[in-house]
Amino acid sequence: MTSTQDWTRRTAAELADALAAGEVTSVELTQAHLDRIDAVDGAVHAFLHVDAEGALAKAGDADERRRAGTPRSTLDGVPIAVKDVLATRGLPTTCGSKILEGWVPPYDATVVARLRAAGLPILGKTNMDEFAMGSSTEHSAYGPTHNPWDLTRIPGGSGGGSAAAVTAFEAPLAIGTDTGGSIRQPAAVTGTIGVKPTYGGVSRYGLVALANSLDQAGPVTRTVLDAALLHEVIGGHDPLDSTSVDKPLPGLVEAARLGATGDLTGVTIGVVTELGGEGYQSGVLARFQESVDLMVAAGAEVVEVSCPHFVHALAAYYLILPAEASSNLAKFDAMRYGLRVLPDGVESPSAEEVMRATRDAGFGDEVKRRIILGTYALSSGYYDAYYGQAQKVRTLITRDFEAAFAKADVLVSPTAPTTAFKLGEKLDDPLAMYLNDLATIPANLAGVPGISVPSGLAVEDGLPTGVQILAPALADDRVYRVGAALEALLAREWGGPLMDQAPPLVEEGESA
Amino acid sequence: MPEITRDEVAHLADLARIDLSDAELDHLAPQLNVILESVASIRGVAGDDVPPTSHAIPLTNVFRDDVVVPGLTAEQALSGAPAHEQQRFAVPRILGDEQ
Amino acid sequence: MTELLSFEEALEKFDPALGLEVHVELNTASKMFCGCPTGFGADPNTQVCPTCLGLPGAMPVVNRVAVESAMRIGLALNCEIAEWCRFARKNYFYPDMPKNFQTSQYDEPIAFEGYLDVAVPIEGGDGESFRVEIERAHMEEDTGKSLHVGGASGRIHGADYSLVDYNRAGIPLIEIVTKPIMGTRDQAPEIAKAYVAQLRELIVALGVSDARMDQGSIRADVNLSLSPAGDGALGTRTETKNVNSLRSVERAVRYEMRRHAAILDGGGSILQETRHWHEDTGITTSGREKSDAEDYRYFPEPDLVPVAPSHEWVEELRSTLPEPPRVRRSRLQGDWGFSDLEMRDTIGAGALGLVEETVAAGASPQAARKWWLSEMARRANDAGVEITGLGVTPAQVAEVQRLVDAGSLNDKLARQVFDGLLAGEGTPAEIVAARNLAIVSDDGALGAAVDNAIAANPDVADKIRDGKVAAAGALIGAVMKEMRGQADAGRVRELILEKLS
Repeated sequence: MTSTQDWTRRTAAELADALAAGEVTSVELTQAHLDRIDAVDGAVHAFLHVDAEGALAKAGDADERRRAGTPRSTLDGVPIAVKDVLATRGLPTTCGSKILEGWVPPYDATVVARLRAAGLPILGKTNMDEFAMGSSTEHSAYGPTHNPWDLTRIPGGSGGGSAAAVTAFEAPLAIGTDTGGSIRQPAAVTGTIGVKPTYGGVSRYGLVALANSLDQAGPVTRTVLDAALLHEVIGGHDPLDSTSVDKPLPGLVEAARLGATGDLTGVTIGVVTELGGEGYQSGVLARFQESVDLMVAAGAEVVEVSCPHFVHALAAYYLILPAEASSNLAKFDAMRYGLRVLPDGVESPSAEEVMRATRDAGFGDEVKRRIILGTYALSSGYYDAYYGQAQKVRTLITRDFEAAFAKADVLVSPTAPTTAFKLGEKLDDPLAMYLNDLATIPANLAGVPGISVPSGLAVEDGLPTGVQILAPALADDRVYRVGAALEALLAREWGGPLMDQAPPLVEEGESA
Repeated sequence: MPEITRDEVAHLADLARIDLSDAELDHLAPQLNVILESVASIRGVAGDDVPPTSHAIPLTNVFRDDVVVPGLTAEQALSGAPAHEQQRFAVPRILGDEQ
Repeated sequence: MTELLSFEEALEKFDPALGLEVHVELNTASKMFCGCPTGFGADPNTQVCPTCLGLPGAMPVVNRVAVESAMRIGLALNCEIAEWCRFARKNYFYPDMPKNFQTSQYDEPIAFEGYLDVAVPIEGGDGESFRVEIERAHMEEDTGKSLHVGGASGRIHGADYSLVDYNRAGIPLIEIVTKPIMGTRDQAPEIAKAYVAQLRELIVALGVSDARMDQGSIRADVNLSLSPAGDGALGTRTETKNVNSLRSVERAVRYEMRRHAAILDGGGSILQETRHWHEDTGITTSGREKSDAEDYRYFPEPDLVPVAPSHEWVEELRSTLPEPPRVRRSRLQGDWGFSDLEMRDTIGAGALGLVEETVAAGASPQAARKWWLSEMARRANDAGVEITGLGVTPAQVAEVQRLVDAGSLNDKLARQVFDGLLAGEGTPAEIVAARNLAIVSDDGALGAAVDNAIAANPDVADKIRDGKVAAAGALIGAVMKEMRGQADAGRVRELILEKLS
């Protein structure tokens, strides 16, 4: 038992090395993680679907390749979990919604195809807010995920499942998606790493769209190096995605290794005035300040930058996203796949009636709210005032970033305004829920890359906080370099990774 | 200040083909108004001289060649269908004419 | 029974304004936004992929050739080509639309502000063409096709359920929209028909589509409004769909003019709506109300990036354009030696291309014109099809004429060959042999028939001996009857005169 626990505690990079050295097989690793899932997922509920058979079969293939000396990639045989918003051929894909209950896609998302091509066995699909709309994973139609640091609290959202899986050592790696912070914010409240790549840096083909102009898939891990390794597997141009960047990825693993020395000489860090202060929990701000001080001590220069239009980012986001989403979700109409509900007491209902009844039954409240809002923002007479304006504010935010990056190499802020709140605490107040995305949204609007690095536990509640590091579009390497440096500096402070401070999850059926 | 009435919400639900119950209509309108109030702050922020951004990254002219690529089999295509017949998707009776 | 004013009275009191929206299905190998094949007639749902099926997560990528075809159509219609344009989503729900939005273009069409000079006889002027102004041509995608089960005659009304095939979903369409067409007066039906016919010829000449109305690769929607004579303002319009032939275009315009006139004349007002044309009964019936209640909520397609054709690309495509229609018509008229009237009739019948091909196959222009405009046009009309859809090819017509020229057939026998061709009995030569239609040129057989005719008509024979040569006509008739028409009348006449001289 102790040895399997050891394997689930290792980083993906360490597992890759162990596989290469023949110290362990992929089947053993995969089984160890499946056992861990069995033990704790009843309490955590990170997974919506576990594919033990499939994962072990792929693990077996990986082992054969390792024996033959022909691994497909560095991460060949390292198991991974995938957010349930990405299409996986042969595995159910629900997007956390009842309307897709039981839907098994006949095709793979490009990200998934690349994982398979690189040899990573897929453990299963992780929980999420329905159609990625949310910041707490409480809007999943299949029940919430619980934060492994405190099971009465939210793990963040919309990608709470992927973050929790990695936090609870159920998987060394996971894929998340980030539209307004859905990778970075869960990372912050669970003490893990989450990266939103440059928009277009990772293919969206097969990523069920929420807001097409904002969505990106990215790595969810426990270390910056692991994230870089995973990012290099999934990133790069895809001819099936017209919006994907047609330039080679910069060296991300290289940047992470360089950053791990902890030396930040020559790097200028910009602290964004508008992403801090009022609305941010004091413990979060304290940890953030400590991180900034550490980076300065390591040779970085700090400047304060103002991005005045960031105060409008939330409004722009909550107009652009619902508008695009309302159109994206129109395809769920009971005709070709997914749920079909017949209206009560109607003999021989029409297609229209079936559509309406199905969509009412199959979509949750948050989804309906945003669809209505989006329909409003696009409707004739309102387009210019709402959607049209939001697109203009987006231009202003992009310009703010450009001006800021003229003064600093990277920008930093706390990732989320608060630590993990209690389950149920903000459910009745949609607006309060939206405020969780304050710091993360601007990056999605401008398409710039960002990472959340754990910055320690907040003094008042002992819960994880995160620091967000942003870089100019296409400069994802910068995010990895500075992120790895901060990670290394903090580890020195703490005497080890933050996860060492995590309360042990009581494993079901095991003596404590 | 903009305000969505219950009737407007009903109309929007209609456009979006969602059959909202009375209870849902009752509690959605005030919630939407709260949200609308906060996003309404966006009006007037950007002047006429500011162009809209529809894409974060300025790409243009992304095309594919006019070649046939294998797709799905009929079985795969119909695999999720709630109902199918004669290798076609069976849908309830459609009112109204084709566009 | 819907009231109609007479066409003449309608025109006394009102001026028509026309609008034509034509959809052209491109003949690209693959679809507009994915690599699925576009061929007609495949088994249902075998030419689909996640993208054209609208599966969650799938994304579109634009077909370069479709964009080129759109630009070429725009250039051929004398349009400006956009320097920068985007696709837009047109949002509405319908089961044959997999995404419940159509990826189209809204306020940024790829081509705009053009014209087509339509060749029609203009009364009271020396001009032979009417300029139809084109507002725009834009790219969009086709929908799937539904079969309606359970109702009468497979129509949508009264059906129990429907079966949808998405093979057609995503095939590239170019929509061409005219500006309001004013001043057509009593020629409105003719001009509408001529516009569609000649637009079609242009599309075919570009090689971008088969443009067959009977196959749905070109579709026309007719918009019509009336305003009081001399008023100038535009009245309320109706849109008429299901106009599946050139003949229907003309008839639908005429009908709607009369229907609108009757309503307006009676003090009523026109309901803005979409109507459905019925070719069999010659009327339109009410469809959906075309109100603003269907708000399409257009916004730029976020999964696609803008199309910004370079100047070089546009000029390269411009150099691939075929001869402009006006120039081509002039050249052909000169080559063929047709009078203006003959030319107009040919164009009006939609037979310009057919005559050209028949001439290329070896027939004389006049012979080609004669066959297509009289014989073939009549048969097409009887069968209720377009002249191009008749099933007789220019090569076959040229072959029949060759047989006539060689003396093996006369016009009457030729018509029987055409019967055979339409019945699919084989080539002209095979039909002549099988039906035993060849003109008998054997003097022996002819002579025997002539002898019979002389013997049976002694009085007529006497008249001829007396020098009344004109009387030979009756004997020729008798011989032709005995020969079942398979005789060369000229030779028969010679033989008669020889024998009775």
